[in-house]
Amino acid sequence: MSTTANAPIVMEARGLVKRYGQVVALDGADFELRAGEILAVIGDNGAGKSSLIKALSGATIPDEGEIKLDGRTIHFKSPIDARRAGIETVYQDLAVAPAMSIAENLFLGRELRRPGFLGNVLRMLDKKKMLEESITRMNELKVGIRSMTQAVETLSGGQRQCVAVGRAAAFAQHVVIMDEPTAALGVKEGNMVLELIRRVRDKGLPVILISHNMPHVFEIADRIHIARLGKRAAVVDPKKISMSDTVAVMTGAKRVDELPADCLA
Amino acid sequence: MKGRLPPLATLGPFIALLLACGFFATQNERFLTGGNLSLVLQQVMVVGVIAIGQTLIILTAGIDLSCGMVMALGGIVMTKFATELGVPPLLAVLCGIGVTTLFGLVNGLLVTRIKLPPFIVTLGTLNIAFAITQLYSNSQTVTDVPDAMTMLGNTFALGGTTNVAYGVVLMLALYGLAWFALRETASGRHVYAVGNSPEATRLTGIPTQRVLLAVYVLAGVFYGIASLLSVARTGVGDPNAGQTENLDAITAVVLGGTSLFGGRGVILGSLVGALIVGVFRNGLTLMGVSSIYQVLVTGVLVILAVATDQLSRKGAR
Repeated sequence: MSTTANAPIVMEARGLVKRYGQVVALDGADFELRAGEILAVIGDNGAGKSSLIKALSGATIPDEGEIKLDGRTIHFKSPIDARRAGIETVYQDLAVAPAMSIAENLFLGRELRRPGFLGNVLRMLDKKKMLEESITRMNELKVGIRSMTQAVETLSGGQRQCVAVGRAAAFAQHVVIMDEPTAALGVKEGNMVLELIRRVRDKGLPVILISHNMPHVFEIADRIHIARLGKRAAVVDPKKISMSDTVAVMTGAKRVDELPADCLA
Repeated sequence: MKGRLPPLATLGPFIALLLACGFFATQNERFLTGGNLSLVLQQVMVVGVIAIGQTLIILTAGIDLSCGMVMALGGIVMTKFATELGVPPLLAVLCGIGVTTLFGLVNGLLVTRIKLPPFIVTLGTLNIAFAITQLYSNSQTVTDVPDAMTMLGNTFALGGTTNVAYGVVLMLALYGLAWFALRETASGRHVYAVGNSPEATRLTGIPTQRVLLAVYVLAGVFYGIASLLSVARTGVGDPNAGQTENLDAITAVVLGGTSLFGGRGVILGSLVGALIVGVFRNGLTLMGVSSIYQVLVTGVLVILAVATDQLSRKGAR
């Protein structure tokens, strides 16, 4: 059994259904995220992987089914609702404003204002405090970027993604969702982001990682959720199953009951 | 390692302004006199205030082609209301600003709700505003404007021969206000963010459509204030106002270093840009160059500025 198998459930979904006209994207999908784990979500195109993530992050509203966060049923109407509930999402395509500084990007949409008259009446930003907090939070995650005042466009792709991951980790209360965070990156940069994702988990935040990159998934995930035909086909333990068996389940080449029982997590 | 903006983009406009002043000073000894420079400022105040609104819109990667025509309509409305309908001057001015703000609202709604490109929307409202101006005024200049409405055109002495118009002071104050808001408040930073990367901004939970709409509405308010300055400067409601200001305002913003691609620029650059346009017009007039050539020079300036913007962005990538 995986080390996290007995950890409490942070987020779960039961019987999610989502239809787009004739197409059934989710057909009664279940989902479970446990405390302190990196849960990879994999699946072929059209397996319902992105619909599942959209439902969990508030980007779409499922037609049926129930989502619970820390045991309470939630109904997200938008990604902002999810964010307010403590779920932060990192998107594949580097969701940062390039000409703005790292500190500004970290606090974009949740800027800190100065205390008293300057902040309340003149609505002045507390740039100093935001800069200091940026430095503290990025140091916590050991993101090796020297200056928080430099523009994001001066960073490499991997560093930019680290800023996005760092922002999510800094503000998430419950869950961080990462949608293909390494897809646009080279090998070295991808590893840098993987390392950061591990540190986010070690900080105590559970991570949902959507990825097509099997080596990355096997390197970093504690458990793997395999989506297939709009349902959850299986949850497996990457330490006890081969990559080829995992792909076989994902593509339907192998049935779950053909797998050895101990590789299920 | 590059800074937030390449120094050339921020300093370039200042250097260009100084070079232009230096050139015209050698051509005509009257150019550098206090009297002439205060005249340049007065000539610039209308374009300068329009350029504030235009800067906000261009920062969001939009453009407003209707700015000058909307400004002209505002001037006609406030002067006609005051002279023909007997509306008290202050209220008439507010009505004029109300009309320009309404145009900003219409532009903003078409851009945010129906997702039309700003270029096309404002090309349409440019013509609509022009037509309404001509129809409402019968293409006649509105005269006998109450003194209260031209007060901002009055000047006060600053030193010996230099007279500064109150409108110029108002323009500078508005620039100060816009500079503060864009730099020091969250709303100001959101304007940059929307122009920089609308999608990334939306994903952080900022209501990008509301930011955009507010920018167009605010631009309308600035055009209305420019209407008042135009009336104050000329002393009449002129249905043909705004024809040169329309393109001059865009030229000023671009010359000032604000990128037409959005998200980059400094509001004070637009003031410098407006001054460059004003200095060229004034200097060429002093040299006795025909106004057709001034139009030609403005055209060349705007293309030069856009080309610089494009090339410096290529260098930054």
